[in-house]
Parts: sequence; C-alpha cells; structure tokens
Amino acid sequence: MSVMGLFFIFIFSVAMLWLARQGVFESPWLEEGEVTHRRRAAGTEPPPAAKVGLAIFLAVAGCLFSLLTAAFFMRGDAPDWQLPPIPGILWFNTFVLAASSVALQLALIAARRGEFERVKTALLIGAATAGLFLIGQIWAWRELLELRFFASSNAANAFFYLLTGTHALHLVGGLVALARTTDKVRGAGRVTRALTTSVELCAIYWHFLLFVWLLMFAMLIGWADGFGVVCRRLLS
Amino acid sequence: MSIAIVMVLVVAGSILFHVLSPWRATPIASNWGFIDDTMGLTFLVTGAGFVAVILFMAYCLYRFRHEPGRRAAYEPENQKLEAWLGIVTTIAVVILLAPGLLVWGQFITVPKDAMEIEAVGVQWNWSFRLAGVDHQLGSSDVRYIDTTNSLGLSPADPKGQDDLLVTSGELHLPLGKPVKVLLRSIDVLHDFYVPEIRAKMDLVPGIVTNFWFTPTKIGEYEILCAAYCGTGHPQMRGKMIIESEADFEKWQTAQQTFEQSRKSDASRDTRASAQ
Amino acid sequence: MTDASVPQNVAPPPAEVEDVELYHAHSWLTKYVFCQDAKVIAIQYAGTAITVGVLALVLSWVIRLQLAFPGAIPFIDASVYYQSVTMHGMIMVVYMLTAIFLGGFGNYLIPLMVGARDMVFPYVNMLSYWVYLIATLVLVSSYFVPGGPTGAGWTLYPPQSILTGTPGYDYGIILMLVSLILFIVGFTMGGLNYVVTVLQARTRGMTLMRMPLTVWGIFAAAVMALLAFPGLFVACVMLLLDRTLGTSFFMPSLVELGERKDYVGGSPILFQHLFWFFGHPEVYIVALPAFGIVSDLISVHARKNIFGYRMMVWAIIAIGVLSMVVWGHHMYVSGMDPWFGFFFAVTTLAIAVPTALKVYNWVLTLWHADIHFTTPMLFALGFLVTFVNGGITGLYLGNVIVDVPLSATLFVVAHFHMVMGIAPVLVIFGAIYHWYPKITGRMMDERLGKIHFWITFLGAYAIFFPMHYLGVLGMPRRFYEMGETAFVPASAATLNIVITVIALAVGFAQSIFFYNLFRSLKYGAPAGGNPWRAASLEWQTPETPPGHGNWGAHLPVVYRWPYAYSVPGAPEDYLPQNAPPMSGEHSP
Ligand code: HEM
Ligand SMILES: [Cu+2]
Ligand SMILES: [Cu+2]
Repeated sequence: MSVMGLFFIFIFSVAMLWLARQGVFESPWLEEGEVTHRRRAAGTEPPPAAKVGLAIFLAVAGCLFSLLTAAFFMRGDAPDWQLPPIPGILWFNTFVLAASSVALQLALIAARRGEFERVKTALLIGAATAGLFLIGQIWAWRELLELRFFASSNAANAFFYLLTGTHALHLVGGLVALARTTDKVRGAGRVTRALTTSVELCAIYWHFLLFVWLLMFAMLIGWADGFGVVCRRLLS
Repeated sequence: MSIAIVMVLVVAGSILFHVLSPWRATPIASNWGFIDDTMGLTFLVTGAGFVAVILFMAYCLYRFRHEPGRRAAYEPENQKLEAWLGIVTTIAVVILLAPGLLVWGQFITVPKDAMEIEAVGVQWNWSFRLAGVDHQLGSSDVRYIDTTNSLGLSPADPKGQDDLLVTSGELHLPLGKPVKVLLRSIDVLHDFYVPEIRAKMDLVPGIVTNFWFTPTKIGEYEILCAAYCGTGHPQMRGKMIIESEADFEKWQTAQQTFEQSRKSDASRDTRASAQ
Repeated sequence: MTDASVPQNVAPPPAEVEDVELYHAHSWLTKYVFCQDAKVIAIQYAGTAITVGVLALVLSWVIRLQLAFPGAIPFIDASVYYQSVTMHGMIMVVYMLTAIFLGGFGNYLIPLMVGARDMVFPYVNMLSYWVYLIATLVLVSSYFVPGGPTGAGWTLYPPQSILTGTPGYDYGIILMLVSLILFIVGFTMGGLNYVVTVLQARTRGMTLMRMPLTVWGIFAAAVMALLAFPGLFVACVMLLLDRTLGTSFFMPSLVELGERKDYVGGSPILFQHLFWFFGHPEVYIVALPAFGIVSDLISVHARKNIFGYRMMVWAIIAIGVLSMVVWGHHMYVSGMDPWFGFFFAVTTLAIAVPTALKVYNWVLTLWHADIHFTTPMLFALGFLVTFVNGGITGLYLGNVIVDVPLSATLFVVAHFHMVMGIAPVLVIFGAIYHWYPKITGRMMDERLGKIHFWITFLGAYAIFFPMHYLGVLGMPRRFYEMGETAFVPASAATLNIVITVIALAVGFAQSIFFYNLFRSLKYGAPAGGNPWRAASLEWQTPETPPGHGNWGAHLPVVYRWPYAYSVPGAPEDYLPQNAPPMSGEHSP
C-alpha cells in the first residue's frame, strides 16, 4: 500500500500545482470581462489534446501498475511465497526494450529536425524491437511453463504471468498506435506537425513502458525485496 | 410553500419515531457500554445538526418563497461565516472522534488475564474450543482436517491434546471474566456476532483474528453470522450461555477433549471396519 | 484576436476548438446508432442506465417481498434472494448511477457547459458507450446460464464468491467479473474524454473558476473514477484467475463442505483492500456529480448565486483527495490490522468537514433568495434532506468503535441507501426535469412532476428511515430470513411489511415519471431556449435542442461566472455567462 501512497502523493502534488496555477486558490473569481488567467498571458500555446489525454492515460496505467505492485508485496508476505527462477532471456528482452525506446526517441529527434527518411527507419526499428521484446516475453513464459512453474502452483508464479502479461498487453496497444503512426508517415511523405506529435506520443508511451518494465523486472528478480520489507515495516 | 411545512413535519416525525420506536438496541450484556455511550453522544450531536439544518432550511423556504416583486440578494460569499461554520463543524467532529478513538484503543488492547477461547466457523455452523488443563490452545491447520478431526488440530502438538472441543454450537462462558475470542474459519468469511455484547469480528480463512469482551449478565444469547457466507448464512446460529463460574466449571468438565474425541472416533472406526 | 490594442491581461484562451474537424454523420446508422456526437451518446448512456436501473428496481421488490413475507412467495428461495440482492446492488451502483452521471449527464453537459463543440475524442467516446452496452448485456446474460447470476453479494468477497456454497459460482460469477472488466475498459475511454474536454476544450474566457459546479463535480468524479477503477479492475482480473486457472491470489487453503481445495496461502483481505480502494471513491464518484448538479438546480431556481462558490470548489477537491484514503472504514471488523482503525476513522470523519460545508452553503444559498418551487427545485430540496440524514449516519459508521456493533446490520443498508441511493436518484430526477427542455425543446408536466416528487421523496424516506432502527436492534443485512431469533420482537416483522408495501408503491409510482417523460416528448409545452432563465452556457445555445456542433458558427465567449443571478443593477435577474459586460469594458 505504500506504493499506492507514493503514487498518489505524486499525482496529487501535480494536480494541486496545476490547480494553483489555474487560479483556483486565488481571489479575483468574480471579475467580469474576457479575461482568462494572467499567467497565460505570455501566450504559450496549450499542449495538444492528445498529449494531455496520454498524460492522463499514463496516470491511469500508473495507478494500475502501482496497485499490482502493492498486491504483489502484500501477497508476498505469506509463507508459501516462492519467486520462480528468472529466465535468462529476460535480460536480453530488457535490452531490446531499451533499444526500442532509444529508437523512438531518435525518431522524435529526427521528426523535430524534419528528417523524413530517418523518422521512417527509426520508427520501423522501434516497432521491430518492440515486437522482438514481445516474442521474447512469450519465450520466457514457455520456458517457465516447461519447467512446470504454473500459475496455479504458486502465487508468485501467477504474479509473474500477471505482471508481464499486463505489461505486454499495454505494449501491444502501443504497437497498434505505432502502426497507425507509421502508416501516417508513409501517407504524408514528409514530416508534418501532426506527425511529430504522434511520434512524440509514441516515444513518451514507450519510455513509460520501459520504466514500468525496469521496476517490474527488479521486483521479479527479487531486488525489490528490501523495499517490500520497508513496506511491511510501514504497514505494521 | 407546502414543502416548508413538510420539512418541519419530516423533522418532527423523525424525532417522534425515535422516541416512540420499540426497536432499540438489545440490553447490553458485556463491558462495552462505552460503545453505547459513544453512539448516544453521536446521536445527540448529529441529531442536533440534522434538526438545525433542516429547520433553518424550512424557515428559508417559507420566508424567501417567490412572491411578485421579490428579488434575491447578491451575496457571493462570506468568508468569515464560512470559516466559523468550518470551525464549529470541526469541533463537533473532534467531539465525536475523541471518545470513539479512546474506546477503540481499549477495544484493541486485550487484557493480559483474558481467557482464550476459539470460535471456528464452517458453512454453516459454529464450533468452539477451550483450553484444557494446561490453559493453552494447541496449534491447528486445515491440512489436518479429516473425519475424526473436523477442526484441524495438530495431532502432534501436545498442547492441543487436552483442548476441549464443543461441536454442539453451544458456548458457555463464566460471568465477569474477560474473554479473548480467537476466530478461525475453515472455508469462507464469517463473522462472530452476538448483538448483546456489541463487539463483532470477521473470521478470515488463513489467518486467526480476535476480539475481546467481558460478559456482564447471566443469560442465553444467540450467536449469528454477520458476514455473508453463502445460502445458509442466516441459518448459521450458535448459542452463548453466560453463567456463574461454578456452573461453567461443571459444564467444562463434561466436554470431550481432543484426545478423547480421537480415541472414541477411532474405536468407532475400528468397530465399523470390523463389522 | 491578439492585436496590440487588447490589454495585456486578455490572454489567449486555454484552447480553441474552432479548428477541430467536426465529425459528421452520413447515414441514419451513424447519426443515431454509431454516433459520435456527445449528446446522442449521452442519451444512449442514460437510456441504457435507466433500463437496467428499472431491472434493479424490480429486483428490489423481490428482496423486499421476501423480507416481508418470508417463504410466502414460491419462486423466491435462498438462491434467488441472494442473486437478486447481488444484481440489484451491483446494477444500481455501477451500471446505473455511475453510468448515468458520467456517461449520461457528463456527456450531455460538459461540452455545452464549457462551450465546446463536442468531446475532444468523439470516436473513443462512441466506443465507450458500446463497450458499456456490451458489459451490461454480459451482465444480464448471466440470467440465462446454468446456475444463474452470481449471488455473492455486490462486494464479491472471496473465498465465498467462487465456492459452491454461493449461487452462480459456476458461470454467473465469471460473467459478472468479465462484465465489470469490460465496464471499466469502457469507462476509462469515456473518463479520459470528460477530463481532457474540461482541460482542453473550454471556450474563450471559461477559466476553471468560471465553470458551473456541475462541471466541477463531474470533472472531479471522472478523475477519481480513473484512479479508483483500476482497483476494481485488478481485483476482478485476479479473482477471475483464481476462479478459472486455480491461482491463489485471494484463496487460502480451505476445506469446503468436507472437500479440501487446492488453493494455498491467498489473502481474502487483499481482495477487500483492492475492492474498497475502488468502492469507497465510488460513493463519491456518484455523489460529486450529484453535488454539482444540485448546486446548479438550487441556484437557478432560487434565483440567487450559489453561496461560497470558491468554498464549494475547494470542498469538491478536498473530498476527492480525501476519499481516496478512507477505504478502510469498510473493513473495521474485517480482521485487518486494528491499528488502521485509527487512521481510517480520522480520515473518514475529516471528510465530514468539507461535506458539511457544502451542505451549509446550499442552505445558505436559500437565505435572502427568491425561491421558485419548481419540480427540479423540489427534488433538490429532497436531496438535501436525504443527504443530510444519510450523511450523519455516516458519522456513526465512520467512527470506528461505533461501527463495530452496527456494521453488517440493516443500519448500514439504511445509511447507504439514504446517502448514495435515494439522494443521488432524487438528483437524477431533478436534473432530468431541469434539462429536459434543453434536450427535447419541451417542458415536462409540472403537476405530474410534483406528484412524482412527493411520492418518491416521502416514500423513500419512509422506507429507509425506520430501517436504521432495525439495524440498531441488531438485525443483520443479507439475511434471507430472520427465522426465530430471540432478540427480534414480532413488531419488527410488522415494520418489514410496512416498508415493503411502501417500497412497492414507490416503485410503481415511477411509472408516473415515465409517462410524463414520454408524453411530454410530444405534448409538452414548447420550452424555448431558456425556460428557467438560467445563466450558464448550455442555456444560451443558438438552437434548442442544440444542433450538431452546439454553437453555430462561433463559439461563445464567456465574460463572467455562471451564478450571476439577481446582480444589483442588472436589468433582469440573471446575466448569461456570454452576455458582454454591462458597461462594455473590462473590469480590472
Ligand atoms: C426504492 C428503491 C430501493 C429499494 C426498495 C432497495 C432495497 C434494498 C434491499 C431490501 C436490499 C437488501 C438489504 C439486505 O441485504 O438485507 C438492498 C441492497 C442494496 N441496494 Fe438497494 N434498494 C433500492 C434502491 C437502491 C439504489 C438506488 C441503490 C444505489 C446505490 C441501491 C444499492 C444497493 C446496494 C449496493 C445493496 C447491497 C447489496 C448487497 O448486499 O450485496 N439500492 N436494497
Ligand atoms: Cu455467514
Ligand atoms: Cu466508504
């Protein structure tokens, strides 16, 4: 539950800061006229709706993963808890996913510079590596199943499948978005503003998933045990 | 307009119902009178709030109803008034919370000399276990459950051999001695609930929960289950009999120990297989 | 619009949606069925929600009949009873109230009230409705599978919910879990829309502090729902795996009806944490939109600004934040670490303060007002009574030690029906009477509306107020029959019969509402654009009902807050948000 606590403190501080900037805590709320908020006067452009939408979606997904993590640690208290061995391929997968993230970041940089061909290649590399990651994950599942680490035999195994599965489903969703972006790139023939935004959104999402994966991986190999102990201290 | 009158009637009717209602808390039979007191205090504070708010509203409805020529005042806010209302409400909340937390503190601190007994829930009846001559309960686990050991006591644990098993659903307790009820479920969630003692607690399979109370009135009380546990939930009843120390001792000696029950079951089994 | 003559404090608006490509329907199918216009989606959401709501109402009759005349009605046995209780509770809370407030009112009112042409992601918005519809169909389909729907109680607590002692443990529970998972997916799509629309698509001049409280309430509720529903999602997925794959997330080793199950080590309490992590905020997800709507109803019909708007906004935010950390008050006697009791009791009672401030401000709005007793106003006042009543019993249940005797009794049932059953339903009715003229262009019949109000309000109060006393007496909830119980006097059975008779009457009286609703479509008096002379933006649309795109050629510009009623010096007793300032110049 302390995972949730940290997550909420983060979300709520962002929300409060934002609300304060919007003038929610200030007095001149009864004035008349065509005013918006003063701080907006600088004329900064508002972010595109899709980006705000993604930010909020990331908050939701973050909440989902924090809850799973909280459940992981709470269930991990029981004496029957036994983490499965970690298939070696996961190290490779981690590397591949990181590469995928880098590729998308390069695509974004290229898009900002207007280098059309590079955007295309970088996106393709990003998609290919992400696909490779998914195949690698399936491989890891198969390996564990062959070693007879079934979801029903220990809750830790079940959490392994649940966490990696949820993460993989998020990545699949991301791949759909990425495919549509790539499609747009082909159709457009040059870098447009809308396209840069799409690439940017994909890149942000990829970094988020990489970040989630790194935490999750640390948890699954047991590096986070220390953290779990701290949680339990806080709880009891 | 008529709504103003009805609001007053709703308030008056609610108070009247409260005063005349024959449905009141059962006569208390444990030391948890403080719970009743806290509830009484809560009733006074919140009841006063309810009456005040609704009557004030009724007055406004009557006084400021639309009439030709009336125009409302323009009054965006009154920070001083709002601050005062906030402070008064906070004080009221603290008045409720402080005694509540104090009593909760007592509720979760079990007296050292409390007698430990165990209540076991299974769909859909109650069993009990009392410590035998060694005044200690043996360990248990669902692994050990079989036809001769329905409560799953550890056969190897010497502390458990003299434990008294009560499978009739009738629990006897001595008057005036604090009891710590250990709660264990073999299948699903249940909840040990005797209205007259006010306290209750869930039985959670996999862990042992507990609560404590001191019986203060001799009598026979019904044990209900207060956590939905399947279609037989309302039928899951037991009896709690509070009696004098002497009567309790007498009852205790008549109960079977774990060891005896195993033997008698075993002999019955051998007889059965011999036939 | 940004030439040099404009003063510095006239900034560009937060967002302009003028340049957004509007969705256009090309055929009957895309206009009325697979429509991306938020107003149509709103009606679809509300229609579906009300339909399942009626089903849930009928189920409440089944429950009430059994409680009043145990054993007298042949087709109600224990299984049917528990299935009815479960479906009634779940449908009312999730599929009816959540869907109608956010999917119905949210979709209709947010774009109109903030001056947008539509939701920002119309396609996702449409998907949201269809996923919701599939979710309800899956839920209802559990009536047609062997074993019937689940009878696990709406809380679905394992281990009981997936074991044989519970009706519908074979298929019903699976369908319930799948349906909830779908609902959450659908809701998340909708919720993203509501939040981003409020953030991004407000028209020029519509600062946050100029939004009607309805929008604030729905906005805050949507944010909370987005953060809370993952709790239910995780709980459902894990329970589904426990049921289908035999994992042991929540299932400890146990022996059921003499049979040893394969589960080991799972934690039933973990499920309760996840469930209530969603479940408590859910109460406020339903309550906050109701708070917002009621503020607007009171202000419009009392011809007076809402008193202490700022405090109302802060209270909504405070309630939203606090309500994420009070879920443990549903678990005081669950066997969790009792030290949590202190924490959750403090946070729970702390919420009472902002909530009480809201109540005071509603009532103070009536002070020196000019109150018109229209049907929407009556419902708003009915809400105040039931909400205050249900709110104070919440102080009993939140104060950990007082909850100990009362938990799991009829006191709890009475409390939550008052505060999150009756109170929000009264608001829904009030809101429908209030916005019906905008949605259809015609008024609903006032006389029928008032009859409907009196029966519903007084009836509901008479159903649930006495029920508290049965709870204090000690009668547990979820009891299919009380049977012979020493401490229950015979008079309790009489009271149960009285309650049931009133419940049936109130239920049937809802047909007055439906008659009025459908009849007024055709025979209602034409309403004009702004029959209540209200100031907020949705009443200032060029067309009524608002056309596609809401605003004609130009988006409105907002010059003031939405509560400019009876402003001194103004010619009328209201100033629309988009009417240019009286003196024609900006105040500093
Ligand atoms: C006039 C309308 C209604 C009547 C007569 C009614 C009646 C009942 C009754 C008799 C119960 C069972 C209590 C028990 O367990 O013994 C119940 C349960 C419940 N009701 Fe209602 N109800 C009504 C409307 C609503 C509404 C609008 C809501 C929305 C919040 C709601 C939510 C629930 C919930 C959540 C439960 C608990 C289900 C469970 O125990 O699993 N009800 N209702
Ligand atoms: Cu039970
Ligand atoms: Cu709650």
